[in-house]
Amino acid sequence: MGADAVFHVEGLRKSFGQNEVLGGISLELHSGEVTVLMGANGAGKSTLVKIISGVYARGAGTMRLAGNAFDPQTPAEAIRAGVVTVHQNINDGVVADLDVATNLTLDRLSGKGASMLFKPANVRAEAKAVADRMGLIIDLKARVSDLSLADRQMVAIARAMAHQPKVLILDEPTSSLSSAEADRLFSLIDRLRGYGVAILYISHRMSDIRRLADRIMSMRDGVVSGVFDRKPLDYEGAVNAMLGRKIRLDRVVARSSARAVFTADGLQLAHGAKPISMTLGAGEVVAVTGLVGVGKTALAETLFGVRRPFAGAMHMDGKPYAPGSAREAIAAGVFLVAKDRAESGIVGSFNIERNISLPFLRRMSNLGVMKKRAERVAARRQIDELGIVCRSEKDELSALSGGNQQKVMVARWMSQASRLFILDEPFQGVDISARRDIAAKLRASADGRATLIFVTEIDEALETADRILVMSEHTIVGEHRNADIDLDRLLAEVAGGPLHGVA
Amino acid sequence: MTLRDYAIRYGFIVLLVGLIAYFAIAADGFVSPQSAVFIFQSVAITGVLALGVTATLVVGGFDLSIGSVATSAMMAASYAMVVLEQNAIVAVIACLFIGVIVGLINGWLIVYMRVPDLLATLGMMFLLLGLQRIPTEGRSIATGMTMPDGSVANGKFSEAFLALGRHRIDFFIPNLIPVSVVVLVVLALLIWFFLEYTRFGRMMYAVGSNERAAELAGAPVKAYKIWAYVISGVFASIGGILLAARLGRGDIASGNNLLLDAVAAALIGYAVLGAAKPNAFGTAVGAVFVGVLLQGLTMMNAPYYTQDFVKGAVLVVALVFTFALSGRGKR
Repeated sequence: MGADAVFHVEGLRKSFGQNEVLGGISLELHSGEVTVLMGANGAGKSTLVKIISGVYARGAGTMRLAGNAFDPQTPAEAIRAGVVTVHQNINDGVVADLDVATNLTLDRLSGKGASMLFKPANVRAEAKAVADRMGLIIDLKARVSDLSLADRQMVAIARAMAHQPKVLILDEPTSSLSSAEADRLFSLIDRLRGYGVAILYISHRMSDIRRLADRIMSMRDGVVSGVFDRKPLDYEGAVNAMLGRKIRLDRVVARSSARAVFTADGLQLAHGAKPISMTLGAGEVVAVTGLVGVGKTALAETLFGVRRPFAGAMHMDGKPYAPGSAREAIAAGVFLVAKDRAESGIVGSFNIERNISLPFLRRMSNLGVMKKRAERVAARRQIDELGIVCRSEKDELSALSGGNQQKVMVARWMSQASRLFILDEPFQGVDISARRDIAAKLRASADGRATLIFVTEIDEALETADRILVMSEHTIVGEHRNADIDLDRLLAEVAGGPLHGVA
Repeated sequence: MTLRDYAIRYGFIVLLVGLIAYFAIAADGFVSPQSAVFIFQSVAITGVLALGVTATLVVGGFDLSIGSVATSAMMAASYAMVVLEQNAIVAVIACLFIGVIVGLINGWLIVYMRVPDLLATLGMMFLLLGLQRIPTEGRSIATGMTMPDGSVANGKFSEAFLALGRHRIDFFIPNLIPVSVVVLVVLALLIWFFLEYTRFGRMMYAVGSNERAAELAGAPVKAYKIWAYVISGVFASIGGILLAARLGRGDIASGNNLLLDAVAAALIGYAVLGAAKPNAFGTAVGAVFVGVLLQGLTMMNAPYYTQDFVKGAVLVVALVFTFALSGRGKR
């Protein structure tokens, strides 16, 4: 098969400063085949895509397209050479205020040989040709902003196909589509496959992968950790290669809890999803694991009151619990360390002390006037307890490392006692030592509350939790006590298929 | 601290001191208690407006309607006393009411109707500019004026009301400090305390810096934003009261410069002491800065258009101080 690969990448490397993101990637794409690229966050997928699409310059290695050296300096060059990328954010691929026809022919408006005048009739004729080729049934006069996400996605792909590319890269194209919408996308991809386009498809969704993949390539920590091209494809092996299994240094001693703090009954997170029921006990740390996009954040946000469940009920300490806002959840003793601290945690203009006290200003004030001493004392205690490396509690967060910033976010919510402590991806962008500190602190302080952490990396769950729940397709599909875990079964559940690869 | 840090921190204070020194040499009689008081009096109204707009800047918004809220309040006070023959208290309450209502509408437009802050308050500005002239069909309000229906308005500004703008309090020198300056100082202290020392002020800064983080920390973000516009509206209407009290009539041609001066003061405030964020102390210093500049230029007989040019230039320099040099202005 290797001989007829249309696109070759050999020994690709890339570093940002000291940090090596890609450590020698090699890959091949074949005409008329869909190669799925899997990798956890930070595995280097997007860096790889950006190098191939001409956004980043590569550090080392060679790329060849149809036998010729391929060395794009800009995205436009990559497109002209025949490598087209549809990025994850759909709206990057279309201009919302223009109609479909103009969008489909947008790239003809600029560049060499483009006519000075805008001729609507020509544009529409050209657009119609493009749409027909793709089997696209959309009103060409409709404004893109009036289209559904799926239709916009189709327009973005059709627009990409107007260049008649040899290689098409789709970066998580289904991440915001419903399953019916995704089906339309899949038939479009089938059609492209028929035209002999080599497709690199980046996704975490196992259902997409099962439907489309001719080959699977797994990435982990900047290297290819597995290539699977023998039919039937080994989906579990691919997930395993992507998540990896490192030697664990510190095993946790799993505890069990007798007293329930939180219960959920028949909680439904998405239309058509199977309901979730679970009980979280006092003193136990429970990890929820699963691939990106299976509803982990949706579950965390539902428990924290910023998202409503479609159905089901929750109880805290036996009393009904139906928070309508973060404020109500906090009042009930449910705290959330939200995912993506820069976006939803850190207040950039505040120092450490003020970031920590943020949710508890009422408790730290008297008639509305802040008790600055109480604030400082609380911050200093948290800095000590979590080992936050800083000069003082007055440091700006921008002066701290990622791990220490995350510690501040955890410290914020540990500065007051909670009943249910939820952490969504608390180890993202955190170095190993900070991760150990946070995990150890979580376990040491777990008495008296239920702790629930959401992690994609199985290792993180194994390192911190007493019990591990596995999520797939917006529901919980497996439960394991963290002692002599059957890792194969756990991985199979993460991969979302029947046991042991009877695919 | 490096030289650059010093420049960011004290640059504007040095500039202010330098400016005063320059005018002291170049303009006769610039250095005197009377001149100082005159500067304070001239900045009292813009200062109050600037403090209000600071509140909206803190939550990451902006209020362009403050100038026309002030003139609307001025017209309303005049109308209440001259045409409706009401007393000072009614006039003041009517003004504050206008401020609250406009603030609520601005907040509602921005928070619930999702109109961008600049556009919502710009629209409100034009709306009020027209609205304030409707009752008198575009005429200024003064005792003895003829109303559109031919009747003559016989009410007059009450003495108590005029005192707000004209009375002077003895302070070492008899008749030195105008009441309006006292109002400015009190409001400045109030908003400073509110922003720096109360949990509400703290949360407003959090909303302005990272709205989602504030929301996930349990803050009622929408309420805080609306409150900020109400504060801005009320402060602007207080500015309008002071303006009416100083002029003693409802002059449709007055208050043209209020918006520019107040916004300049608040934005210059970013640069004071390297705060790089809206803050009450900086705004007060910014207002004094604008006042010194105008008084000095006036005493040197610079024409009004030169003054506008200098003001604009100073504002641009202040913004460079804040956003480029401190590298923190990523709002």
